[in-house]
Amino acid sequence: MPVAPSAAAPTAAVTTSLLEFSDVEMTFPDGTVALRGVDLTVGRGEFVTVVGPSGCGKSTLLRIASGLEHASAGTATLRTDRIGYVFQDATLLPWRSVKANVELLAELNGVGRAERARKAAAAIELVGLGGFERHLPKQLSGGMRMRASLARSLTLDPELFLFDEPFGALDEITRERLNDELLRLFVQRQFAGLFITHSVSEAVYLSTKVVVMSGRPGGIVRTFDVPFPLPRDPDIRFTAEFADLVGHVSHALREGHA
Amino acid sequence: MTRRRGRTPWWQPLVVLVALIGLWYAAAASYARQELAFLVPYPHLVLRAMVADPTFTPQLLRNLGNSTVVALTGLVIAIAIGVAWAVLMAQARWIERSLYPYAVILQCIPILALVPLIGALFGYEFASRVIVTVMISIFPMVSNTLFGLQSVDRAQRELFALQGASTWTVLTKLRFPAALPSLFVGLRTAAGLSVIGAIVGDQFFQRGTPGLGVLIQVSTSRLNGPGTFAAILTASLLGVAVFLLFGWLRTLVVGRWSDAA
Repeated sequence: MPVAPSAAAPTAAVTTSLLEFSDVEMTFPDGTVALRGVDLTVGRGEFVTVVGPSGCGKSTLLRIASGLEHASAGTATLRTDRIGYVFQDATLLPWRSVKANVELLAELNGVGRAERARKAAAAIELVGLGGFERHLPKQLSGGMRMRASLARSLTLDPELFLFDEPFGALDEITRERLNDELLRLFVQRQFAGLFITHSVSEAVYLSTKVVVMSGRPGGIVRTFDVPFPLPRDPDIRFTAEFADLVGHVSHALREGHA
Repeated sequence: MTRRRGRTPWWQPLVVLVALIGLWYAAAASYARQELAFLVPYPHLVLRAMVADPTFTPQLLRNLGNSTVVALTGLVIAIAIGVAWAVLMAQARWIERSLYPYAVILQCIPILALVPLIGALFGYEFASRVIVTVMISIFPMVSNTLFGLQSVDRAQRELFALQGASTWTVLTKLRFPAALPSLFVGLRTAAGLSVIGAIVGDQFFQRGTPGLGVLIQVSTSRLNGPGTFAAILTASLLGVAVFLLFGWLRTLVVGRWSDAA
C-alpha cells in the first residue's frame, strides 16, 4: 500500500500557527502564580476554546496573547498584528451610535472617513445589525450590543480573534444564536480563534479544539480535538457523540479542579 | 407607600406658592400693625419694586446685570481651572496625590476669612468679586470632573490600548466624553455657588460696579423693605435661572446617551 504524500495530510498539520505559547508562566506582583507551563498553538482555521474554573488564569492567557500583559517566563509568539479582541462586556462607547462605535477601531488606526464607513457598513451587515446604525447602545438589547462589539472587531479584518467569555452574560437562546453566527463567520473567514468560556457545551459546539485548564495555578490538563465537521448543524448539540464529548470534557474539568 | 415617579403635576407647587403668599400677607399685615412694615413688606409692594418702580427697578436691573457678569466670569474661570486641574490629576496617581489635597484645602478655607486680604491685594472692585466667586465655585468642578475622568472602565481603556492609542486620543475620545455627565453635575453645583460668590463678594467689595449684594445692604440700611425683598428675590431667581440653564445644557449635551439624572 503506497504511503500517502504529505500534501494529503490533514489540514491541521499544515496550518501556520499565528499564536504560539511555549512554557508560558505568569506570576503577578503579589506573588500569585496564575499560569504555569502553558504550551498552546492556534493556527489559521483553528478555533481553540479554553475552559476552566473561575480564576484559573483563562483571561490572563488571553491578555498575554493580545499583548496587554507580558508573560513572566516562557515565550508567547504572535505572528500577526491583525488581532480582534472581544471583551466580556460589549464595551461600546455609550455616546456613540452603533455606526460610530463600529468605526472606532478603524478611526483609532487612522483609516480615512470613507473607508471607515465602508468597513463599518459591511461589518454591521455581517452581524445582522442592519437598520440599527443610528441607535445608541442603551437602545439595544444585550445580544445586539455584543453583535455591535463583534462588528467593531471585524472591521480590523483580524487574522487572530480573541474572545474573553463574550456571551457569558447573555440568555441561553441569544447565546446559541450568536454561537451559530460566530461559527458562520469562522467558516467564512477562516481566522484563528481563541475563545474563553465557562460553558462546556458552548466550547464543544464552537471549536475545532477544546483545552481544559486546571485551577490555580492554571495549567493545561487535557486537550480534545473536536471531530464534528464544519459548517455545523445546530442540531448536532442533540446527538449522542456531542453529549459524549461534552461528558469527557466535563470529567477532565472536574479532575483538574480537584 | 409607593411613590409614583414622573412629572409632578403642575398645580401642586402652585398650591404651596399660594399658601406661602397667603402666609406672607398675614405676616406683613401683622408687622404693619406694629408700624414695622419695612421689616416684612406686602408682596405686591415687593413685586412693584421688582418690575414697576421707576426709581428702584432700573437700579435693580443694573445691579442684576453686574452680578450676573461677576457670577458668569467667575464660573467660566472656575470651569477652565477646575477642568484643567482635574485632567492633570487624572494623568497619574502621583499627580493626583500631590494636587488633590490643595483642592480640599481650598474648599475648607473660610472664604470670609480671606476676604479682607483679597480686598487689600486686588482692590475692592470687579477683580476681587470674581476671585471670591472662583474660590467658592471651583471645588465641585475639580472633584466631579476628576471622578468622571476616572469612571472609565478598564476594558474600555484596554480597547484603546490595543490599538496603540496615545494619551491624548484616550483623553479626547474616551475619558473626556465619559466624564461629561459627571462634569455637568459639578457644573450645575458650581453655577449655583457662583451666584452665591457674586453676592457674597458684594458684601465686602462695594466699589466699582455694584451688584445685588450691595443693593440688598443699601436697601436694608435705608429701611427700604420692598427694595430689600425685591433684591433678595431677584438674587434667588438668578440662582434658580442659572441652575435651570445648566440642567438644560446637560440634557442637551449628554441627556441623549447618559442614564444619570
